[in-house]
Amino acid sequence: MSKETLELHWGKHHRGYVDKLNKQIANTDFERYNLEDLINVSYNNGNPQPIFNNAAQVWNHDFFWDTLRPHGGKEPSGQVLDRITKQFGSYDAFVEDFKHAATTLFGSGWVWLSLKKDTELVVEKSLNAINPLVWDHIPLLSLDIWEHAYYLDFQNERGAYINMFFDNLINWEAVENRLNRAKGFIGLGDIIIPSVESIQEREKRSYYV
Amino acid sequence: MAAAFTRSRSLLRWSIGSGSILGNNYNASSSSSFRAVAVRQQQQTRSNHVYTLPDLDYDYADLEPYISAEIMRLHHTKHHQTYVTNFNKALEQLQSATDPQAIVALQSALNFNGGGHVNHSIFWKNLAPPKEGGGEAPVGKLASAIDEQFGSFDRLIAKVNAEGASVQGSGWVWLGLNKDLKTLAVATTANQDPLVSKGLVPLLGVDVWEHAYYLQVRTVFLSSLIAMYIMNH
Repeated sequence: MSKETLELHWGKHHRGYVDKLNKQIANTDFERYNLEDLINVSYNNGNPQPIFNNAAQVWNHDFFWDTLRPHGGKEPSGQVLDRITKQFGSYDAFVEDFKHAATTLFGSGWVWLSLKKDTELVVEKSLNAINPLVWDHIPLLSLDIWEHAYYLDFQNERGAYINMFFDNLINWEAVENRLNRAKGFIGLGDIIIPSVESIQEREKRSYYV
Repeated sequence: MAAAFTRSRSLLRWSIGSGSILGNNYNASSSSSFRAVAVRQQQQTRSNHVYTLPDLDYDYADLEPYISAEIMRLHHTKHHQTYVTNFNKALEQLQSATDPQAIVALQSALNFNGGGHVNHSIFWKNLAPPKEGGGEAPVGKLASAIDEQFGSFDRLIAKVNAEGASVQGSGWVWLGLNKDLKTLAVATTANQDPLVSKGLVPLLGVDVWEHAYYLQVRTVFLSSLIAMYIMNH
């Protein structure tokens, strides 16, 4: 993913969503909400209010940047790999599913690996700004399929972009952390309390603590 | 008449594949198989028309500096071509589908790719190189209709800009005609939904998918861009 893409995607698109959202909620009741609550409220059960698009895209991009890392990609290990293998049969089968969802998404949107509250892992796609929070799922990783995410680097070759994501960019550690945190909400097993240090680290970047 | 033409076209395609009609080996046995195919084609209820990418009326570089040749080439030969290819594929699948569920499942592919083909075909016609008059304000009946409905041409541009910028995700912004009310309207459609889905006749369409401008404008400077598109009409 090129420097130019990141500068534009983060510096203009993501920043644009943040600025617009701040303008929209200024001097309204919405100022008091945290971001996730804002998303759920403004989604309005499928009839989204004007702030939904910006609020959700702010969250989506926060989540997406944390899903990436330099020299990432390759296969996961440990409990993430176990769960993926259990749910999809094999890591490769999961990748196939994910790639299929990503290439068959018409228009703009996102593809997710999410955890449902009954502990099932799903690959799901969403249009425009929608994310699995509004379906009460717990997202573990995402891929931005809006054209602005890949057009400078790959033009219309969405497949090449997806392959690059799997080979080089996924931050499996972040996925594992999200999985661990999810244990506080659903019965996946023993709750693991993250160390104090990592809470502080996460607090610096995250809205949802 | 159209059916006969279509039948002979599809026969031609079949025969090119087998080489038995146009080649030198036309003999008695292949003529009977030819007749068998003729009967079978007659029994098909749909034509197997294959859609093709329309040529542009101008060169890729002719719309510069407003739209770069790079964007035009990509947009035409990759994006539009993909819609055409996938539309043909979906139509083929539709022809051979007998299960109602399978037929219905094809609708979104047909809608998306067919819409993409229709919309882009209109789009290429909407644009003209500056040296051939692209970019000049409209005249005549269209101009007076615009003035009557929107106040002025500039007001129309402003409205199209606003509507285009408000499109979430991918879509199009249009100037359309409501035939019943005999009025003009600015409307948007999502993804590749054609304007006919809103009951309007498309007069002018602007592609606001990111692929339409991203390489050139880099960021979402939609308003200046749509002005450029309209000026190119």
